[in-house]
Amino acid sequence: MPLFDRKDNSRYAKFTRRSIMVSGGMTAAFALIAGRLYQLQILEGNEFMTRAEENRVSQRLVAPPRGRILDRFGTELATNRRNYRVLIVAEQASQGIDEAIDTIGKLILLTDRQRERIKRDVASNKPFAPVPVVENLSWDEFARINLHLPYLPGVQPDVGETRDYPYGADLSHVLGYVASVSLEDKQNDDDPLLDLPGFRIGKRGIEKAFEYQIRGKAGDSRVEVNAYGRVIRELGRDSGTPGDDVYLTIDNQVQRFTAERLGSESAACTVLDVSNGDVVALVSSPGYDPNEFNVGVTPAEWQSLTTDDHKPLINKVTSGEYPPGSTFKPILAAACMDNGLENLQVNCSGSMALGNNVFHCWSWKKGGHGHVDLKRGIAVSCDIFFYEAARRLGIDVMHDAALTMGLGAKTGIEIPGERPGLIPSREWKLKRFGIPWQQGETLNTGIGQGYVTATPLQLATLAARIASGNAVHPRITRVVGRTPQPRPELTRLSFSDKAIQTVQAGMNMVTNEPGGTAYAWRITQPGFEMAGKTGTAQVRRITREDRATGRVGNANQPWNLREHALFIAYAPVQLPRYALGIIMEHGATPDHPHVQMARDILLYTQQRDPVKMRTAYPVNAADVGFMKMRG
Amino acid sequence: MTTRAYAAARRTLSFRDKLFDVNWGLVMLITMIACVGFAMLYSVAGGSFHPWAAPQMIRFVIGIVILVGVATVDIRFWMSAAYPAYGVSLLLLLATTIMGKVGGLGAQRWLELGPLQIQPSELMKIALVLALARFLHGEAVEDLSKPQRLIIPVAMIGVPAVLVLMQPNLGTATILAADGASLLFLAGLSWWWILPTIGSAVAAVPVAWRFMHDYQKRRVMTFLNPASDALGAGWNISQAEIAVGSGGLAGKGFMQGTQSRLNFLPEKFTDFIWTVLGEEFGFVGCMAVLLLFAAVIYYGVRIAISSRSQFGRLLAFGITLNFFFYILINACMVMGLIPVVGIPMPLISYGGTAMLTVLFGFGLLMSVHVHRQVEIPRKAGGLI
Repeated sequence: MPLFDRKDNSRYAKFTRRSIMVSGGMTAAFALIAGRLYQLQILEGNEFMTRAEENRVSQRLVAPPRGRILDRFGTELATNRRNYRVLIVAEQASQGIDEAIDTIGKLILLTDRQRERIKRDVASNKPFAPVPVVENLSWDEFARINLHLPYLPGVQPDVGETRDYPYGADLSHVLGYVASVSLEDKQNDDDPLLDLPGFRIGKRGIEKAFEYQIRGKAGDSRVEVNAYGRVIRELGRDSGTPGDDVYLTIDNQVQRFTAERLGSESAACTVLDVSNGDVVALVSSPGYDPNEFNVGVTPAEWQSLTTDDHKPLINKVTSGEYPPGSTFKPILAAACMDNGLENLQVNCSGSMALGNNVFHCWSWKKGGHGHVDLKRGIAVSCDIFFYEAARRLGIDVMHDAALTMGLGAKTGIEIPGERPGLIPSREWKLKRFGIPWQQGETLNTGIGQGYVTATPLQLATLAARIASGNAVHPRITRVVGRTPQPRPELTRLSFSDKAIQTVQAGMNMVTNEPGGTAYAWRITQPGFEMAGKTGTAQVRRITREDRATGRVGNANQPWNLREHALFIAYAPVQLPRYALGIIMEHGATPDHPHVQMARDILLYTQQRDPVKMRTAYPVNAADVGFMKMRG
Repeated sequence: MTTRAYAAARRTLSFRDKLFDVNWGLVMLITMIACVGFAMLYSVAGGSFHPWAAPQMIRFVIGIVILVGVATVDIRFWMSAAYPAYGVSLLLLLATTIMGKVGGLGAQRWLELGPLQIQPSELMKIALVLALARFLHGEAVEDLSKPQRLIIPVAMIGVPAVLVLMQPNLGTATILAADGASLLFLAGLSWWWILPTIGSAVAAVPVAWRFMHDYQKRRVMTFLNPASDALGAGWNISQAEIAVGSGGLAGKGFMQGTQSRLNFLPEKFTDFIWTVLGEEFGFVGCMAVLLLFAAVIYYGVRIAISSRSQFGRLLAFGITLNFFFYILINACMVMGLIPVVGIPMPLISYGGTAMLTVLFGFGLLMSVHVHRQVEIPRKAGGLI
């Protein structure tokens, strides 16, 4: 009996046939795998290599050090300070975040608000991301944390950089401040640095005007990251281009003296170098501490800054527009000289009539100034004289003269937010109100009232132009980086030398001859004498009732309705060097505190004698020549 | 009669003879592949034998001992053990489905027996091949395709496959079904069955879709359109493709794979270890390992054809096919050709049960080789 029948043999043959078929299928499947490998690794290999590299390498921006801002002698006005801070890495804090915060709280003061903020930040960040616990620690506090570090797992001491303004409020309106980037900032600027957490940009002043130069160029650090975004190591680093230093024309000593002299008054003062328009000091009082903005102003602090009636946030020097009052009169005097009125004489009885209106001189109570010529008109600031001068000159001549003297248009100073002031003209009136110009308005304009407004910076420019006879343009930066800042060429004013000299003589009488409106507060040191012109600006119109009831004196008015006190000056009288414009809001009192301030500031400025001090910034050939000429 | 028949067919071999007859070339190939696995596990651990390479090596050594042991046991013993093994595996599978511990992905795949954690679905892969080989050994080609006879092997395949599918473990269920269907085909199933079955399977795809788990559907959808889930499962697939593709021709070098070192790869030490190989050794490395696999399969097919018993042929081919399906499904899955189903790369991926069952399977293959001259009467097969 056969063990294996034919059926078995046939199924063996079938098995062999089919096993060859299955083997063929397996071979095809392996070919498929090989083909897929070929496609991924050979055909698309380069593309996948790029994608793997993109996975692996992450570019991290490195913030460049912000450029410093220095005064003309190299004093650092805005700089970068070491910011001692403490960070915490959640995943390394083995005892838990709450415990860690409590331990830190035993070493340094942590408010409840801070504790909540830390917990919030920890919760919203990846566990390996360092979260700031406290910033701007003192060295003592920082040292204390470092000492206890062995008991603080996950806590990292760190030294960052933060903007520092060592002179605080004294320079607030020059420098401005830096603060966190806002949404609008990002819309106008596509610098990736703005997306860096904690990045600060200039919001006001020089910090804002030269933001791009001061900021520098972002560097980047190429780091290897894993799938969870954790940095494994740094592959390469480009530290970027540090921001440019900005050298100002400011003399910090004069600046601080001026700020101190203005005190807490709502006032503004600027000192110019008449030879080239350099701003030596520019103070708007009260200021604010720019360091506060860097750290972050609380809503309460912001509220008090914005509601303060002394307006600490407004740069009154460049943005405050005030009626110039009698400080406008020297412009008329110069215009008279060149328009055939050099011999104009007026008999002031205290008032004059024009049509139905009666125009009063400020001396109306005393019965007027009597006989007044041009120089004396400036010296005693006789309104009647200048009403007559205005009437004869007409608005068109006055308008042109005021513009020549630097009013009615922006001076072009590098501080953002400058206002142009206003010198009215026939066209302006018609366009603005649709009414033709009235002659009464000409008279009002002649004494710097009515529509006329000017900024204290423009008034200082006016003083500088009278002092030098040149079209001085105020400038506050000298060098940015290594590039000297361009400045307009100095040209002579279109007034005749005789006109300028006569106005100078009149302004000299204001301070240096008995009877002058500022004689009592003159500089008595020989060689430092100043010439000037006082002014008051009405905040409200004096009505007939006021005159009748005697409610004219400022002492009888509430503070915010009192007249502004103005003063322009230059010194020394011989070969003028410095010009000054000052306004004290609601400060018109008989003892002329603003003139006293101007006197002290101008004297201090002259006594500094900066000619003998070397500038700190790179000077070009023109500067060197200029220095020699002055020396 | 039966006793005489056995005596005639038996070549009495001593243990020493059998040991000498073990196909050591195949063992060498297997060891080479396993060594590639050790190297990859060493690499993904950042240059350390801990925690994966060392345990894997220990398991491999144990597995090789088992392999040789299984190889020297008479093939007829394995034939007699086929149904009990199948029965035990089926019970364990049932137990897993009923009270199995919930593992990853909510799937019940593991069964804890004292200190042992076993995956009954892995055991079933071997047991099914054994049982089917035994049953088909007793079937004449003419009888095989009769519906009343065919229902038995179909049930033998279908019951465990459905149980595994219910765990749910689509990958292993697919392998079980593919193993079984291949064995039926090899045993000579009529084309009248094969072609309509393929046709209805294609037609059943929409029906199967309705019975699939959400995560399985998601996988399919993600596979068809990886961008639809670019940060979830699609992210895994595209990261795996990036890893393989960025290896290029020669790879980034041993332990230089950035995708694996920086944790961009999912499950890099288990299912996705092929991508680490692709990244670090490139096309050349992958093709070399693929050739090693192909050589193992070639040995397996040759062993199957040279066996003188239908049981031996089907067993050897079934084991080989099982190994092949592992490779195919894993490679296709990690390279984005099919959805992710959770099948490891045999001998390379980290994992105890898989390593031991694969080596046990190769032990059976080797037993077929050692006992290739043993003839077994058809009556020894069948159901009894």
